Amino acid sequence: MTQARPLADLIAGRLAGADGYVRASVLPPTWEELAAGCAAGLHDLSALWADGGSMRMALSDSARGLRAIVDLRAEDYPSVGRLHAPALRLERAIRDVYGTNPIGLSDTRPWLDHGRWPGRETEQRYEFLPVEGEGLHQIPVGPVHAGIIEPGHFRFTANGETVVRLEQRLGYVHKGVEALFVGADIERGARLIGRLSGDSTAAYAWSYARAVEAALGWPLPPRAILLRGVMAELERMAHHISDVGAICNDASVIAVHAQCALHREDVLATSQVCFGHRLMMDRIVPGGVTDDLSAEGIGRVRGLLGRLAAARVEIMRVYDSMPSLQDRTITTGIVSPALVQQYAAGGFVGRASGRAFDARKTFPYAPYDTAEFDLKTRSAGDVDARLMVRLDEIGESVRIVGQLLDRLSPGPIRGEPPARGAGEGAALVEAFRGDVFVSVRLGADGRLARVHARDASWFQWPLLEAAIEGNIVADFPLCNKSFNCSYSGADL
Amino acid sequence: MKSFLRDALVKGMATMTGPAPGMPELEEVARALGERARRRLGRSLSIREVDAGSCNGCELEIHAVNNPVYDIERFGLKFVASPRHADVLLVTGPVTWNMHEALLRTYNATPSPKWVVALGDCAADCGIFAGSPAVVGPLASIMPVDLHIRGCPPPPLDIVKGLLALLEAP
Repeated sequence: MTQARPLADLIAGRLAGADGYVRASVLPPTWEELAAGCAAGLHDLSALWADGGSMRMALSDSARGLRAIVDLRAEDYPSVGRLHAPALRLERAIRDVYGTNPIGLSDTRPWLDHGRWPGRETEQRYEFLPVEGEGLHQIPVGPVHAGIIEPGHFRFTANGETVVRLEQRLGYVHKGVEALFVGADIERGARLIGRLSGDSTAAYAWSYARAVEAALGWPLPPRAILLRGVMAELERMAHHISDVGAICNDASVIAVHAQCALHREDVLATSQVCFGHRLMMDRIVPGGVTDDLSAEGIGRVRGLLGRLAAARVEIMRVYDSMPSLQDRTITTGIVSPALVQQYAAGGFVGRASGRAFDARKTFPYAPYDTAEFDLKTRSAGDVDARLMVRLDEIGESVRIVGQLLDRLSPGPIRGEPPARGAGEGAALVEAFRGDVFVSVRLGADGRLARVHARDASWFQWPLLEAAIEGNIVADFPLCNKSFNCSYSGADL
Repeated sequence: MKSFLRDALVKGMATMTGPAPGMPELEEVARALGERARRRLGRSLSIREVDAGSCNGCELEIHAVNNPVYDIERFGLKFVASPRHADVLLVTGPVTWNMHEALLRTYNATPSPKWVVALGDCAADCGIFAGSPAVVGPLASIMPVDLHIRGCPPPPLDIVKGLLALLEAP
């Protein structure tokens, strides 16, 4: 049994970089002890990736506000997933793409490699985990689903109507994004990261920009920081309101869905007028933002905030007055607090099961470090709790944006670019579905040598498998929608 | 619920006036149909959407054309759950190798006559993902495409105008 070692012990006395991360090189025994520390709940696994012959692991200890990136100079390395299940899919994915060897990982199946890539084709069938028992039947779903959603395969094993096990198989939208970053310039990198998961384009662009700025020591004007916050909160509110509607739609309450869709459209139309793009793609760039908010734009955003605040109250009232709707959401798709802790699940998935983690609060970055807002949690961990957290957060986003607008004073929106050269930086940004981690390494020529992005979904998808267990097949759409994980963000 | 009704009465309809079909789209569809059977598509089409590797940005805007503001169903354009019910395949993404077979199977499951629309810059020329060994190539290199709707992602009004061209083609 490997001894568990707390992160605090490893990084005691070491200084964090400009990005807040302590960097340390370790040997295999320490690597294993830190992995065991994740399993023992001493700290969280935040990301795991391969970088130029090394394995890297981002770890965080929220209680002490500590973060570190540890580097193990080896591609044959002691498996983290062997001790800590949340690393399992990460290690399978890294092995497929980079040929690394996680020693001791019992799951030898590929994850992103479906045997279709040119030069690596194989006819070998993917083996789903065996399920044994009487009266079981399987329902294969996807990769092409019935709705307008991303592709992925769900293999349900059911006993009558009750789901006994769900096993996911993803990777269908793997575009080889990480390879495209290598050798690209910073500007192209910004466009790429904004298309990793289109629904979180502002959050990803922000995370990437912060990582690049930390690597190069790029100073930011205050107005740019405030505008980034406005954009990120607009993105959050658009998704929260539309997913609340979509959950109601899956319980056949179409009127709420239509109402929510109108409010989402309101946010997108406002974003178009204020920032020149409905989804605000390519608006947050290293060094600042591309589009300034005019006085008229400020008025428009304020108007939107008023409408959203009123809509939130009204939707909550309607939701509360419909027992037939709540009958579908309450006690459906429960995720236990122990599981969200183990997986360090971010976003409303974690917060609805009592994990009080929000990158804006836990590892605060400007402008949230000086904004007043509450971290909203629930404890039931069901579809209802996830929906309520999202409604609560719309209220907090309205508060935040109001404060940011109050603080806007005239000034530049781009910082003077520093000399380009080698450097490293990492950042954690709270996207609407949870924290996204981006790590950037720049080569001496100032081009990107390695970019790694870890979507919040990596640590949420496996919990959806747990959430549906014991529920009826017909409640899967509700559970799935209440998670709304990203396929593209996790398939890379 | 009553408040929704009151809202609707006070504020009026949220739905915008229908746009005319896009001119370049009309020309492209006319050309595509001219080369094939020159068959009039009629006033009602069922659409099956297939994400063949998109970043999900295009899906967000396809959702938007179904919201009450654009309400694409009023033009007879309806999204359906199965390719077997579809006249039109609406494909997004740079077409990944991992989705290649599923896309072809969906195409083959769609009864003829059928039309293919490539939505977004990725489906047109792989967009920013061009050159990745994990993507197959532009949709048109995989199956005959009748209409391209460009944009990253195309805004809902452009999607509506493009799809209307399918109905209005001579």
